[in-house]
Amino acid sequence: MSDNWREKFRMQALQAVTKRATYGNDIDLSDFIYSGNVMPSMDDGTKRRTLEVGVDVSDIKSGTYFQMDHAVILSQLASKIKGLELMPTDVALQRYEWLREYYWKALSVSQDKYTAVAELKQTKGYYIRSAPHEKIDRPVQACLYIGSEGMLQAPHNIIIAEEGSEMNVITGCTVDAKTKKAAHVGVSEFYVKKGATLVFTMIHSWSDEAYVRPRTSVIVEEGGTFISNYVLIKPVKDIQSYPTAYLAGRGATAKFNTIMYASKDSIIDLGNKILCMAEGTTGESVFKVVATGNSKVYNRGQIVGQNRFTKGHLECRGMILCPTASITAIPELIAEHSDTELSHEAAIGKLQEEQLHYLMSRGISPDQAIGILVKGFLDPGLPGLPERLQAEIRGRLSMLDRSGTGSKKEPC
Amino acid sequence: MLLEIERLHVSVEGKELIKGVDLKIDYGEIVAVMGHNASGKTTLALTLAGFPQYKVTSGSIKFNGQEITHKTIDERATMGLALAFQSPPSIRGIRLGHVISLAGGVNPWSPKPGDDLDLPQRMLAKVNLDPQSYANRELNVGFSGGERKRSELAQIFAMRPKLMILDEPDSGVDIDSLKIVGNGLREYFRSNRCSMIIITHHRHILQYLEPTRVHVLSGGRVALTGSYGDLMPKIESIGYERLIREAGKIE
Repeated sequence: MSDNWREKFRMQALQAVTKRATYGNDIDLSDFIYSGNVMPSMDDGTKRRTLEVGVDVSDIKSGTYFQMDHAVILSQLASKIKGLELMPTDVALQRYEWLREYYWKALSVSQDKYTAVAELKQTKGYYIRSAPHEKIDRPVQACLYIGSEGMLQAPHNIIIAEEGSEMNVITGCTVDAKTKKAAHVGVSEFYVKKGATLVFTMIHSWSDEAYVRPRTSVIVEEGGTFISNYVLIKPVKDIQSYPTAYLAGRGATAKFNTIMYASKDSIIDLGNKILCMAEGTTGESVFKVVATGNSKVYNRGQIVGQNRFTKGHLECRGMILCPTASITAIPELIAEHSDTELSHEAAIGKLQEEQLHYLMSRGISPDQAIGILVKGFLDPGLPGLPERLQAEIRGRLSMLDRSGTGSKKEPC
Repeated sequence: MLLEIERLHVSVEGKELIKGVDLKIDYGEIVAVMGHNASGKTTLALTLAGFPQYKVTSGSIKFNGQEITHKTIDERATMGLALAFQSPPSIRGIRLGHVISLAGGVNPWSPKPGDDLDLPQRMLAKVNLDPQSYANRELNVGFSGGERKRSELAQIFAMRPKLMILDEPDSGVDIDSLKIVGNGLREYFRSNRCSMIIITHHRHILQYLEPTRVHVLSGGRVALTGSYGDLMPKIESIGYERLIREAGKIE
């Protein structure tokens, strides 16, 4: 089948290859390689790494997608799970002509150099679809894994939750333990149809030299619900992302939960934007962030009320543990209709000494007490998350006090 | 002697709040510390526990034969000194059961073989808090006054301390909670024989514990010392102020 229909996107992308993004540092993408140089394999180290981002490739009952560099090495069981489709995006585009309507629809290919490179140097990505009125019980797992040194991975993901369906997708993005420098430019376009629910959980685990520029948009139709849970615990070189939810149908809902532990020299610029376009739509965004080391964190949140009976709430809670770290909260509420209700609250401060001393008075060492308080502060309690994943995230957080991260041992 | 306080002076933010206190407590002894508001009772408790804002400017505190003035809060706690707070903080995201385990020396997230995993449940039962639900509750979050005091006791019972400092375990609690706190402490004392300092304004809690001595603080000093049977009725009939004045005249 001819790929001519994509030509217009290529042309638009070529126009945008040098276009800087609105937020974040500009990254020189010519520093990276675009084809992998390791033999994709699933050894124990890979499995362990993958588990750290919530994806269990040995779970044979769930739909699982695993991509290393450019190669999809696992796309299992999709055909056996009723109402679920799971395959690489390029395969799906070959198979379904109608899918073209969803390609670069929620996002613009010429948004910036990163969307452009994702079109020009596309490296697969997943296509996940729940059929109308199907409730997929087990979470669908997807892992995007970078195995080659200096690799730029640019997948294009599409998720469609058809009318009245329910789906829980867990995506883990990570790099191999041996890989230092890497870049990830993931494009994700999600479509939540009438009355459907999509819970999307993303766990990131990068390296000190990883540059990350995900580009995500979701369109939610009437009565649909989109819940995004995002977790970042390990250090990263530079990440910037600003997913956008378009609440296009009456009564649609979007909720973003973001949990971050920023350490070392990480530069983290994460936010989200919710457009309450249709009547009675509601948006909520909650950030919880702990900053240590020399990390710099920017939390951007924007909610726009564009119709009557719309509601939005932004919340940023930050804890700063080192004088060399910084957190900047940039909440924006934009009311474009007289009958919208928007609110925000932001509180950033140091660890509360009263709480620290209280725990110490029980015989708990200051290091352990700080770890416990940080963990308690970030504790997910995320809605719609399966218990296994809650436990996984708590487990990731509990490494904070065992490894001594977040304690006085970490250089401030 | 378990605790020997000598000529203790304590300042907070440059202001002297304890002005030369001498106090001794023997192993297995219960003493009451009373006095009007701002007489230095809580300051003394937090100084003994090692809170860094409370600066010891002179004097000494020996605990179990060791000078502890320069020891940190957690070091003192592990030596066997436990403080039940007058108004404990509430902390979201941290479970009461986990703190009870930690107080008992068990890491609830990575227990070692032989660790006492039922400790939180047993300690909560001692203070009449439903073991299953309260172990999972966030620390003091949404607790009533009485529940907070009982949560404090469950935590310090788990520490098996040599000395308990109970800072107003009876304030802001209803009559039922008072009974639970009183009986809980009496039970604990009977089976463990640890020493106790009870800071209080009222006779009620002391009826359960019958201290050997009562110290009345005033202006950062021990103004009066006497037996429970002798001092308590006088305090109740004429109040601290007059009692201290009259005692001064007699001296």
